[in-house]
Amino acid sequence: MLQVVDLHMAFGTLEVLKGIDLAITERELVFVIGPSGSGKSTLLRCCNRLEEPVKGQVFVDGTEITAPKVNLNKFRQRIGMVFQSFNLYPHLSALANVSLALRKVSKRSRVEAGELAMAALQRVGLVDKAHSYPNELSGGQQQRVAIARALALEPKVMLFDEPTSALDPELVGDVLNVMKDMKDAGMTMLVVSHEMRFARNAADRVVFMDQGVIVEEGTPKDMFGKAQHKRTRDFLQQVDH
Amino acid sequence: METLIHQFFNLDVMLQAWPIVWRGLILTLLLCLAVIPLGLIGGLVVALANTSRHRAVRWVTVVFVDFFRAIPPLVLLIFVKEGLPFAGIRFSPFVAVCVAFLLNNSAYYGEIFRAGIESIGTGQMEAARSTGLSSFQAMTYVILPQAARNVLPDLLSNTIEVVKLTSLASVVAFHELLYSADMARSVTYNASPIVMAAAIYLIMLLPVVRILGRLENRMST
Amino acid sequence: MSSWQRFAEAFLDWDVIVQYLPAIGSGLIVTVEIAALVVICGIVLGLVLVVLRSYRITVVNWLIIAFVDTLRSVPPLVLILLLYFGMPNIGINMGGFVVVWLVLTLVLAAFAEEIFWAGLLSVDKGQWQAARSTGLGYTQALIYVVMPQAVRMTIPPLTNRTIAITKNTALGTVIGVAEIMNEATTAVSFSGNASPLFVGALAYVMLFVPVVYLGRWIETRFAWRKN
Repeated sequence: MLQVVDLHMAFGTLEVLKGIDLAITERELVFVIGPSGSGKSTLLRCCNRLEEPVKGQVFVDGTEITAPKVNLNKFRQRIGMVFQSFNLYPHLSALANVSLALRKVSKRSRVEAGELAMAALQRVGLVDKAHSYPNELSGGQQQRVAIARALALEPKVMLFDEPTSALDPELVGDVLNVMKDMKDAGMTMLVVSHEMRFARNAADRVVFMDQGVIVEEGTPKDMFGKAQHKRTRDFLQQVDH
Repeated sequence: METLIHQFFNLDVMLQAWPIVWRGLILTLLLCLAVIPLGLIGGLVVALANTSRHRAVRWVTVVFVDFFRAIPPLVLLIFVKEGLPFAGIRFSPFVAVCVAFLLNNSAYYGEIFRAGIESIGTGQMEAARSTGLSSFQAMTYVILPQAARNVLPDLLSNTIEVVKLTSLASVVAFHELLYSADMARSVTYNASPIVMAAAIYLIMLLPVVRILGRLENRMST
Repeated sequence: MSSWQRFAEAFLDWDVIVQYLPAIGSGLIVTVEIAALVVICGIVLGLVLVVLRSYRITVVNWLIIAFVDTLRSVPPLVLILLLYFGMPNIGINMGGFVVVWLVLTLVLAAFAEEIFWAGLLSVDKGQWQAARSTGLGYTQALIYVVMPQAVRMTIPPLTNRTIAITKNTALGTVIGVAEIMNEATTAVSFSGNASPLFVGALAYVMLFVPVVYLGRWIETRFAWRKN
């Protein structure tokens, strides 16, 4: 479903990704962990070309989105993205946030877009907040609206960039529950996060990145119990509890 | 004291001058109606040009803004009205004012809009683009609405300046408020018509200045 | 004749330019003189007004607010014409230079006062309390503790407004002050060529572009102070 081939990315002279190869199959939830500066966020953002890779290819549902002539706007709808700082549009209600792209890119009618948006809000459990504005919602609610905003476009794969890192601890659970529901419903997901318990419970595969390369990957059981590389074990010791 | 009132606050002269001054006021208002929307649109164009991917476009925009903010509006106006005819381009006073004001205002409003756009964090653009919206759509539906709201006080402040700026049109013989009042002065040898014009400006703009003050207070909290 | 040639003939006649360059040069000096005087006097007067206003004496307050509102709402050109043509009729002959300087100084003072006042209000109340609690009198607290902080916050809007107001020195041409524009338009009448006008406009640009950049530099230096 999502395939990354020999991906290289640099900010000026600073090499951030030094040849990443990763393949995610349908319905898989892949968890990416690693210290800050390891390039995991950059990897995620290359997957929908918010960052432009210097070398390498990204394939989504069989199509190479790094090809020069691809209709990026159309393909971005197949790739949902959830940001650490939510990035909800403050001047629009929750419903309007979710339905904007439906109206303008998918060219749905206002009524159709509204219905689809409501359905997405229902999946994240926030139908009653449809007409609230972002500043009236808690952090967890805002993030769930952000998830609904991506879901409404019926993406083939969802990218999560540290979705709970900016949330107060008691609100994290709500968001993780929504993500678990999505997983159970069969969504393909690539998640960058520190929530190790979630990884243990829901991830199909855990990938450890450090300094721009994938050091090790495996099932949660393999990684958390008996990681093979010392770097992996050191990192997990620091963060896992 | 008596001469002061007679020279500046002479009600008889003001009454006498009222018909001319009234017509001048109408023209001032019409001029504002033409020049303010033009300036706002021009400013939007300039600000959007500044977000272009092509460095050449951005460079031209910066030069445009710096040039037309540095040159005094009166100088620009006189150049357009009196200078261009030497190169064969002749404008009526109204058109000359519109052209000069368009150039000047686009630069000022453009700077305001640019600051507004820059104040919106990149996250907004990223979120919008990640849902498939094009740059243009993202600008139109996500960035600009927020930016405009943020810089509303500055836009209002600049618009007040534009209204005051219309008095310059009198220099190129456009029969707006000041021109009419000054004409009445030269005919009556009495400065009261100009005092009347000043009072009219005061009545027009003081409420807006007050609203601006309250708006600025509300937005800084 | 190509349009470039027409442009060059009309605006870049070298002989005419050389002939009238001294005149425009002296106009430049006059412009700079007025501008410098306006900036100094206007800002000082603005400071005086804001200090007066801080004593919160009702009548004084009312006068200051009336003054400021009037000067912010009425176009400078209106005031210039008013004084230039009105004053002689009651026996006061100020001459064009003084009229332009006076009006622009008062306008700058009005805007500066408002900017300083906003800056003053934004200084934390705690600063007053701390200063007074150490025994400083009202005026001392104002001058040594509060005003310095207020002034720092006001630099960006103040530089912008100052630049805008000093550009109004061009208005002097309407009442015969021998600044750049006046010299330029006179030269155009005498020579029948628009080159002096072009040079005059260029003189303004050369004068103010550096000032605008200076203003922008000042703004960025103090930008981190803004909320």
